[in-house]
Amino acid sequence: MTAPSVRRGPLLGGGLYPTWFLAPAFAILMVFFFLPTLFNFIYAFTNWSAFHDDIAGVGFANFESVLSNGSLVSSLRITIVYAVLVAILQNGMGLGLALLLERDTRLNRFARVVFFVPVLMSALAVGYIFQALLKPDGALNGLLHVSVPWLGSTTWTVVTVAFVNSWKWMGLAMVIFLAGLKTIPEDVLEAARLDGAGVWKTFTQVRFPLLAPAVTFNVATALLGSFNGFDTILATTGGGPAQTTEVLNIYIFKVYGNGLFAQATTMSLVLFLIVTILAFPVIGYLRKRERVLS
Amino acid sequence: MKGSVLWTRVLHPVIVVVLLVTAIGIPLWLALITSFKSQGEANIPDLTLPSSWHVWDNYRQAFTQGDMLWALFGSLLVMIPAVLGVLIFGSLASWVLARRTGKMVSILYSAAISGIILPPAVVTIVLLLRQLGLASTPFGMMCVYMGMYMSLVVFFITGFIRTIPLELEEAARMDGAKPLGIFLKVILPLLRPVIATATILICLYIWNDVFYSFFVLGGGSVTTLPLNLYSVASSNLYQNNWNLVFAYVILMSLPLIVIFAFAQRRIISGITGGAVK
Repeated sequence: MTAPSVRRGPLLGGGLYPTWFLAPAFAILMVFFFLPTLFNFIYAFTNWSAFHDDIAGVGFANFESVLSNGSLVSSLRITIVYAVLVAILQNGMGLGLALLLERDTRLNRFARVVFFVPVLMSALAVGYIFQALLKPDGALNGLLHVSVPWLGSTTWTVVTVAFVNSWKWMGLAMVIFLAGLKTIPEDVLEAARLDGAGVWKTFTQVRFPLLAPAVTFNVATALLGSFNGFDTILATTGGGPAQTTEVLNIYIFKVYGNGLFAQATTMSLVLFLIVTILAFPVIGYLRKRERVLS
Repeated sequence: MKGSVLWTRVLHPVIVVVLLVTAIGIPLWLALITSFKSQGEANIPDLTLPSSWHVWDNYRQAFTQGDMLWALFGSLLVMIPAVLGVLIFGSLASWVLARRTGKMVSILYSAAISGIILPPAVVTIVLLLRQLGLASTPFGMMCVYMGMYMSLVVFFITGFIRTIPLELEEAARMDGAKPLGIFLKVILPLLRPVIATATILICLYIWNDVFYSFFVLGGGSVTTLPLNLYSVASSNLYQNNWNLVFAYVILMSLPLIVIFAFAQRRIISGITGGAVK
């Protein structure tokens, strides 16, 4: 083991793995990722807008206005509801598909490819397809001979848009669950079978616990991804009806479009803080569950 | 055993086919068949065949009036350099982050991968780009994408490099190779699988992105396919012209679906590689 001693010295280490190799990547990260994030903490407290050239500090005025007009609380609530719904629906459907298509038959292989197609499509395109499918005189109501306002309910439309987004991504969850199922050793399943465990018991007691890494990955990416949710909602409801599907990014997009840059920045900062606060416990919890089980 | 034969031979295939038809078939069929209809007929979208076929008309209109070639050019112009740049600079940094030890390096590594979780500050990016004179330019867009996906690349590649035995590098070092030479000749070729994974994911994100490109490219002359889809779908020209919107959607989705059809096994194993370990 000579390698570690060679690596340890900063001078020697620098020679073998030159520090300047880090420079381009960190320069890009600094300028185009961290600097704008830092700006968030500054410009959220200004009156930056499209309507005048000067930018002056205004303290907490932006926070007060998004709090008092209710948009902060409502966007935040909708974003969290949407993210949790997507995490449940997307992974529920993905796991269901993975279990259904687990065996390597020709039909199953074909079905896996087809279920993956929506993953490749633009979320905006998927949103337009579902708008055409779900609008009041759209294809689904015509097919079922009903007139359900799939995209017009102030209570349930958030579920519909969460479903549309989950439909788009369930193929990805499926292939990750399939890969996870493949890592379960055959002899463990054999042992469960010999112990007289049925299909359901084998699933709940053996297979699902062993899927922990795949569940961690899928739930974390679904949650964090849908905190940034935008495209499918824009193309299906645009935030409506009555702003009941207006997640943070839709709000930022609209307010920015109206020229109120500082208010958009304020919401962007809120999104940043919420994700920072929520991400670490969520990932920590899922990791811990993994460790306990393994 | 009778039950399980019934399940594998009859029930299971029936369920799979029914799911395929309803869950995927209906939405995709709706898009495809509506793109063949006349404007009037497409107004109330349904699953029936068109009474008169407008295939050539619709696709030609979507292609020409929708400025599709220009948007395709914009998409490629932004995506290819961004992906190349983020992979080259990211793997160069990952090698150092994976091999050097110490507190400073682990802090740098944590900072480098924090972007996997933290959302980009999309509004103030615009302000920064204006100050740099890069607002609404494709170069600004490339830089923003590189900043956004650098974390993912560093995370994937650093993890992969840690599994490569040091002996391979040492042998090259004995032969008198310089660090850059070792990186290019020894490490880079070994990174092929993980670079494939990162390339697929990042191409997928950039190709389909509309949120960040709206902020960065908005107001400029260069556009991308999804951004252009949004602007044509919300312009008066296309209002309720579902036939043209879907002709555009089909044309735009085809490249990735064709690539996927040819390389699906590698793409899927590439994507799942890092997730379940």
